[in-house]
Amino acid sequence: MEHMPSALPDGEPVPADGALPASALAGAADRPLGFYLHVPYCATRCGYCDFNTYTATELRGSGGVLASRDNYADTLIDEIRLARKVLGDDPREVRTVFVGGGTPTLLAADDLVRMLRAIREEFGLAADAEVTTEANPESVDPAYLAALRAGGFNRISFGMQSARQHVLKVLDRTHTPGRPEACVAEARAAGFEHVNLDLIYGTPGESDDDWRASLDAAIGAGPDHVSAYALIVEEGTQLARRIRRGEVPMTDDDVHADRYLMAEDTLSAAGFDWYEVSNWATSEAGRCLHNELYWRGADWWGAGPGAHSHVGGVRWWNVKHPGAYAAALAEGRSPGAGRELLSDEDRRVERILLELRLEEGVPLALLRSDGLAAARRALADGLLQREPYASGRAVLTLRGRLLADAVVRDLVD
Amino acid sequence: MPAIPSHVPEPSRTDPALIRNFCIIAHIDHGKSTLADRMLQLTGVVEQRQMRAQYLDRMDIERERGITIKSQAVRLPWAPTDDKGNTHILNMIDTPGHVDFTYEVSRSLAACEGTVLLVDAAQGIEAQTLANLYLAMENDLTIIPVLNKIDLPAAQPEKFSEELANLVGCDPDDVLKVSAKTGLGVEALLDKVVAEIPAPVGVKDAPARAMIFDSVYDSYRGVVTYVRVIDGQLNKRERIRMMSTGATHELLEIGTNSPEMLSADGLGVGEVGYLITGVKDVRQSKVGDTVTSQHKGAEEALGGYKDPKPMVFSGLYPLDGSDYPELREALDKLQLNDAALVYEPETSAALGFGFRVGFLGLLHLDVIRERLEREFGLDLIATAPNVVYRVVMEDGSEHTVTNPSEFPEGKIDEVYEPVVRATILAPSEFIGSIMELCQTRRGVLLGMDYLSEDRVEIRYTLPLAEIVFDFFDQLKSKTRGYASLDYEPTGEQTSSLVKVDILLHGDKVDAFSAITHKDQAYAYGVRLVAKLKELIPRQAFEVPVQAAIGSRVIARETIRAIRKDVLAKCYGGDISRKRKLLEKQKEGKKRMKMVGSVEVPQEAFIAVLSSDDSAGSGKSKK
Repeated sequence: MEHMPSALPDGEPVPADGALPASALAGAADRPLGFYLHVPYCATRCGYCDFNTYTATELRGSGGVLASRDNYADTLIDEIRLARKVLGDDPREVRTVFVGGGTPTLLAADDLVRMLRAIREEFGLAADAEVTTEANPESVDPAYLAALRAGGFNRISFGMQSARQHVLKVLDRTHTPGRPEACVAEARAAGFEHVNLDLIYGTPGESDDDWRASLDAAIGAGPDHVSAYALIVEEGTQLARRIRRGEVPMTDDDVHADRYLMAEDTLSAAGFDWYEVSNWATSEAGRCLHNELYWRGADWWGAGPGAHSHVGGVRWWNVKHPGAYAAALAEGRSPGAGRELLSDEDRRVERILLELRLEEGVPLALLRSDGLAAARRALADGLLQREPYASGRAVLTLRGRLLADAVVRDLVD
Repeated sequence: MPAIPSHVPEPSRTDPALIRNFCIIAHIDHGKSTLADRMLQLTGVVEQRQMRAQYLDRMDIERERGITIKSQAVRLPWAPTDDKGNTHILNMIDTPGHVDFTYEVSRSLAACEGTVLLVDAAQGIEAQTLANLYLAMENDLTIIPVLNKIDLPAAQPEKFSEELANLVGCDPDDVLKVSAKTGLGVEALLDKVVAEIPAPVGVKDAPARAMIFDSVYDSYRGVVTYVRVIDGQLNKRERIRMMSTGATHELLEIGTNSPEMLSADGLGVGEVGYLITGVKDVRQSKVGDTVTSQHKGAEEALGGYKDPKPMVFSGLYPLDGSDYPELREALDKLQLNDAALVYEPETSAALGFGFRVGFLGLLHLDVIRERLEREFGLDLIATAPNVVYRVVMEDGSEHTVTNPSEFPEGKIDEVYEPVVRATILAPSEFIGSIMELCQTRRGVLLGMDYLSEDRVEIRYTLPLAEIVFDFFDQLKSKTRGYASLDYEPTGEQTSSLVKVDILLHGDKVDAFSAITHKDQAYAYGVRLVAKLKELIPRQAFEVPVQAAIGSRVIARETIRAIRKDVLAKCYGGDISRKRKLLEKQKEGKKRMKMVGSVEVPQEAFIAVLSSDDSAGSGKSKK
């Protein structure tokens, strides 16, 4: 589940040493701390992808600093050490680590393990820490998986996307159908407790039957977590150009809605419960704790080119290019490109837009009078559930989940 | 260098026998302003180096569109070629060139004894020129037919001399041929004006009577009133009386234009000039009114006075509701100089606060709207133009409807709509398509005449409402631009008219209501409903879009409820972007107009009300 949109927001500059305002660290002990580690390399770029990722193995930054796939782990470990300095005497152990990309498994398993080790050395890992990596079905084998497991990884997420060859082809995915399901079994055999499969629906040319087959195949493989995303055609991608030229049809929003309902039906029948708009798990323990940090306003440090961080109301993001990123760290500077200090109102709005996507919903106490009136209307329109509402929470119904953004626009008033 | 005439008679002391009052009747681009420029030069009133093209057209907007809206009068001294010692005074009265200003044209003509009929030698006479020619003939004016632009390669002087001779009733050889651009033939024309146009005749010792033929607001001097003295004499510093209202004013200044204003001691019989009284509003100095002296003034006004009557109405709304006070101020300012412009505040549930504005016609509407947008920097939404209906109920009560949404409910006995007599001039190959167009617009053929072998004049009675609906654009496109149109109001007729309402989710949208003939109601409804379906984004609920006559639905489309409005992914790197997107969407939402519970983007109103392919759009481009 590649996390990083390619366009960076506007913001104020980050100080060269990466220092945070004192307010950001106030009360930190009460918030969990996570790490996101970005690996910006892929073997090939997929036609729908607009994430910050590169297919070249070597990229040169200013001052001739070489950012290569081979020394990438060392560069990233430099940022983990910088994080230690910036967070100073913050006593927290790390609760979650998530390695995403790009394709993290293009790096040697030992690279991923070394990065994790650096976090353990600098911060300490909680005993029950969740440690996840994304993995490409074609770039792992039992030995690789075993090495990750031995190194401390306990959760793995495979990009399956679809069970149909023709759909994978439109997405430029190179793996063969069946391979991701086999990966689940290999991961289980290697001792991974938690396994996720990512699916994409609404790809041009995908039929209802294709989607049903993908859901059935994913469920049949036995993961404890499934993420299902409507295909977003981002401007500037190869797929967007192909759609504009009329080579492939654009999928209608109503088709997306139908496919989403199919996913909900099929997954819930198989024992998966939704806990965020696009995420389902077989148990509370199967939920992705790291992602929940994002959704609940917790702190995380995002290391790597273009990675976003959040600590106590300060959001910042790193320079995008791996060369520029490596150059900054080589000079002992923060690779931060910009940041924003959230106002109380920004934080209130963010809580509404993030928490409304969750199964627990938003406390009505966060809403102002116009927002409350909007919530009452949404309740009457069948977009919010009655029981949680009665106990003071706005929780989306199934139909409401599909209209979450529209509901948010009204609730923030 | 033009010869400067000697012994130029002074205003107030000019023998009427030496005066010639004339105007120029011409189509928009047939060269009237250029001809006027040449006359200014030849008579020496404007020095060569001060000359600029279209000297007399004051407003930029006129110069740009190549049209003349406001008339003026210029006093030109001219010594005829064969009588050099006898300097005459030629008052050239400029006439408005457009259909909407027929009444002003008629007053300008009434100030003259003769007219120069100026026609492009490459194009022949156009409908509006013909209409004004008929008007001049009715006023018994002496007509001097002139072909202009004879230096053009495309000129056909023989053909069009024939055409003019037929219309005027003269010999083709009597048609003067000039080039206003090069000046060729213009001296001969001035000589002919002296020779053929009668001198004015009036009673010198009678109480003063002067007719107002134009009235212009000037921000420095207040209203400048242009008059033609019929009887008696007006003198500086006397008190004068407007005979239609009885209002009296002190004459602060009296004078003539050469072409700039020059004050004088007075104006005598037959003379043309200006008055300044210090009034600030052209309504206090109305075209057609009679000016007399307060002391021992005339008992009886000159005939022909009419109050300007708006024929076409449109709702004007600021795009940004907070511009409403600016719009009011701008209309107030324009009204100072435009006695025909009327407006009153109106509120639309869909468009907010605005004004219902009455115009003489479509060009008038266009010019006002353009000036509001250009000179006052306002962004406006204009509702589709409509005419004034008279609705008589079964109980005998009567309603005047200037806004379709005010069309009365209940038992209607008769509906009256204004009709016009339309004159269309076009090459004869287009007769079929013109007739077809007029038939679909409920026209009744009055007659048809060939002006020459291949040019025809077609006369129809048409409901004004049909002309207001993009008729001119259609006519132009069906005749490859060759047809010209003129129309004059001729009264009213009863018609089977109905009001078509547009309902969004059951709520009427007042701005889209229209009055149409019952046979056209269905087509109107279907078109508008389809258009709205395309323009209004899907809402959280299903929105029926209906066209209805009373409670009877005649067309329906459904905007399906939106089922998906959620981004699939929202992780750590998406949050800032998503919050900013939300802020942007909130801004966009503020620009939506709420119609009941339906959010309608402003663009939908603009597209439906102003685009040419929309149902009932009436934007004219004359």
